[in-house]
Amino acid sequence: MTAPTAAFSVCRDCHRIGGENRHRCAACGSPRVVAHNELGSLSLAHLDCDAFYASIEKRDDPSLAQKPVIVGGGTRGVVTTACYIARIRGVRSAMPMFKALKLCPEATVIRPNMEKYAGVGREIRQMMRDLTPLVQPVSIDEAFMDLKGTERLHGEPSSVTLTRLAARIEYEIGVSVSIGLSHNKFLAKMASDLEKPRGFSVIGRAETRDYLRAKPISAIWGVGDAMAAKLKADGLTMISQLQDMDDTDFIRRYGAMGLRLSKLAHGIDDRSVEPDGEAKSISAETTFNCDLHRADDLVPVLRRLCEKVSGRLKATDLAATGITLRLKTSDFRLRTRQRKLQDPTRLADRIFAAGRSLLEHELDGTRFRLIGIGCSGFAPAASADPDDLVDPGFAKRAKAEAALDSLRNRFGQKAIETGYTYGAPSPKSEPRRP
Amino acid sequence: MRIIIERSNLLKSLAHVHRVVERRNTIPILSNVLLRAKAETLGLKATDLDIEITEEVAAQGEQEGATTVPAHLLYDIVRKLPDGAEVKLVLNSEGTQMTVSAGRSNFRLQCLPETDFPDITAGELSHGFTMEAGALARLIERTQFAISTEETRYYLNGIYLHTIDADGTLMLRAVATDGHRLARAEMTAPSGSEGMPGIIVPRKTVGEIQKLLADCEDDDEIAVDLSESKIRFKIGRVVMTSKLIDGTFPDYQRVIPQNNDKELTLDRASFSSAVDRVSTISSERGRAVKLTLADSQLTLTVNSPDAGTATEELAVGYESEDLEIGFNARYLLDVTSQLSGEEAMFVLADPGSPTLIKDGGDTSTLYVLMPMRV
Repeated sequence: MTAPTAAFSVCRDCHRIGGENRHRCAACGSPRVVAHNELGSLSLAHLDCDAFYASIEKRDDPSLAQKPVIVGGGTRGVVTTACYIARIRGVRSAMPMFKALKLCPEATVIRPNMEKYAGVGREIRQMMRDLTPLVQPVSIDEAFMDLKGTERLHGEPSSVTLTRLAARIEYEIGVSVSIGLSHNKFLAKMASDLEKPRGFSVIGRAETRDYLRAKPISAIWGVGDAMAAKLKADGLTMISQLQDMDDTDFIRRYGAMGLRLSKLAHGIDDRSVEPDGEAKSISAETTFNCDLHRADDLVPVLRRLCEKVSGRLKATDLAATGITLRLKTSDFRLRTRQRKLQDPTRLADRIFAAGRSLLEHELDGTRFRLIGIGCSGFAPAASADPDDLVDPGFAKRAKAEAALDSLRNRFGQKAIETGYTYGAPSPKSEPRRP
Repeated sequence: MRIIIERSNLLKSLAHVHRVVERRNTIPILSNVLLRAKAETLGLKATDLDIEITEEVAAQGEQEGATTVPAHLLYDIVRKLPDGAEVKLVLNSEGTQMTVSAGRSNFRLQCLPETDFPDITAGELSHGFTMEAGALARLIERTQFAISTEETRYYLNGIYLHTIDADGTLMLRAVATDGHRLARAEMTAPSGSEGMPGIIVPRKTVGEIQKLLADCEDDDEIAVDLSESKIRFKIGRVVMTSKLIDGTFPDYQRVIPQNNDKELTLDRASFSSAVDRVSTISSERGRAVKLTLADSQLTLTVNSPDAGTATEELAVGYESEDLEIGFNARYLLDVTSQLSGEEAMFVLADPGSPTLIKDGGDTSTLYVLMPMRV
């Protein structure tokens, strides 16, 4: 029941707790053994899926298993995820597709299917929540979890619970994960990156300081290019330098950020795992195959996106008061336009009305490559969409939308459409621009 | 340009005109106020391209000329000059800098040429009339709170001013609504307003007139000239020209309930303080107050899922069948604070239909409130 206080090791295949044998499991002979002095006391983990999208595609099409796979956007996308075979050839995420294909011409390119990935992400998250309520998703494929206080419940040290979780995800879902185990979020995140894929790394309290010494400052989570450049201009590149510096000087020079950095450099991170930070916004966007500039082309896309956002809003008990339109011009400039509604809404009708009026101001002949609509400023659903004195048609449209929703729930999304989207080609299926 | 003006006169005029200048501007000259020196007056003009305010103020001109300087900056300087000071404004010969001097204080401000300053060409103003400052202030005050802020329905972002024949008398009417409440105030139409187009005066303009009217006596004459796209107010020596909202105000008459049959009379002051008290329990913006009416008794209830509940009972005049209806507390308070009489009358139909609210002390106003689901 209680965790052994002495050093122990755990087999990642049969989950047996072992003693001295740190190279091979005494029970099953597997070489995948984690050994660490603090395995019994650490409980904060960061779980990161390995080449998530590519792994899912390989799972669903076993013929791809031994081939390089790149998941990325069609005509002009970039690499979203490359499998590990493709990575050997130098393919990286965010690389333009033509460059990736030059490095690895035989790669199979698959268009991302975000709905599928999100579904798998949810399944994994659910498995994590089965173990502890303290699960904080960072993105679709990574999350923090704190297993503190669950040792008695699970009847084993947290480290063992985690090896079981990794195995369960691999067995039941069919994708592999890497886990970092440490005593705070910063180090757990760092640890999960140490031996990808299928990794399980531990950074204990005792070696924290020495471990960090050898790392560059840019390894600190939250230090971006700008901050790194600023620090470099001051002659600071290694975490060891930060550790050796006098705190006060550092804080004087960099303010609040300096304090944070200094703490992190010493391996101190007080942030706790906040389960499911409530969503601050819900949005949907799409990139066109070829740039669009006419209202006739853009409005149907906008309508479709509004219906998507509204659908997701209706799945919660929230309503939104802020509507944001995002447009990216063909030269990659982002235009964001916002509007605050008088009353919270859940209706595609209202989101669309606001989005459309925002869009109308932007239609000056500029060609756009992306359009997105989002809503924020959440309020309880009960306060949403009150009756309106001067717009008597509103109640009718709200009713019509409810009818539309119930038809779609029964017969599928395509069962009924508004005139805005009916017959309008999907922007993704339009022919390529010559 | 060289002119001497008393600090208090300059400050008062700047206070009028500088407000219209936006704090942040993409067109630099819109941050400036235009100053025009004449033999006996200094003319000031400021604009945001939608509203333009000009004022003439007595001064001793030594050399005629004109320039523009940052409006908020000049206002702040003049505000801080000692009371009773004589302010001297002198433009250098190149026209690039203006000196503001008073006593031993000297400021040199960067100028932009007067010729670049935009003009709102009012064009022909087809209708004109005069009215008393107090009457105009009343029309505005009674309706302004209901102006919508929602940009999607821009045609609700102002007060709808129009004339209408009510039982043989021509009335000048102001209406504002945001879809949840509607306010209507009217007065006998001043002569000259006959046949004027219905216009929507934007919210910012309404706010500026209100501030200018605050300095007036109730019986001061205000001259109003308007066309379909512009309106001009002459208030003393201030002339304000504004664009109007280009849109169609909805048919508000349809919204005013005609067939409501349940009458509720209550004491305005005790009702509004009761609404204020019970709504304390909920911190939500759109909190609903439930009104339960039975046997000449009104019970106000607010439920907050987080904090608890609050109720208060009031004796009221109500003879009709029992009714439960909910309203947004803030909207109720907004309306009751406009009422001048001791009594308020609610004319109700059912929990889903608009309610009419009348002022016991003023028959020229009426209000409509949309109920909330409770």
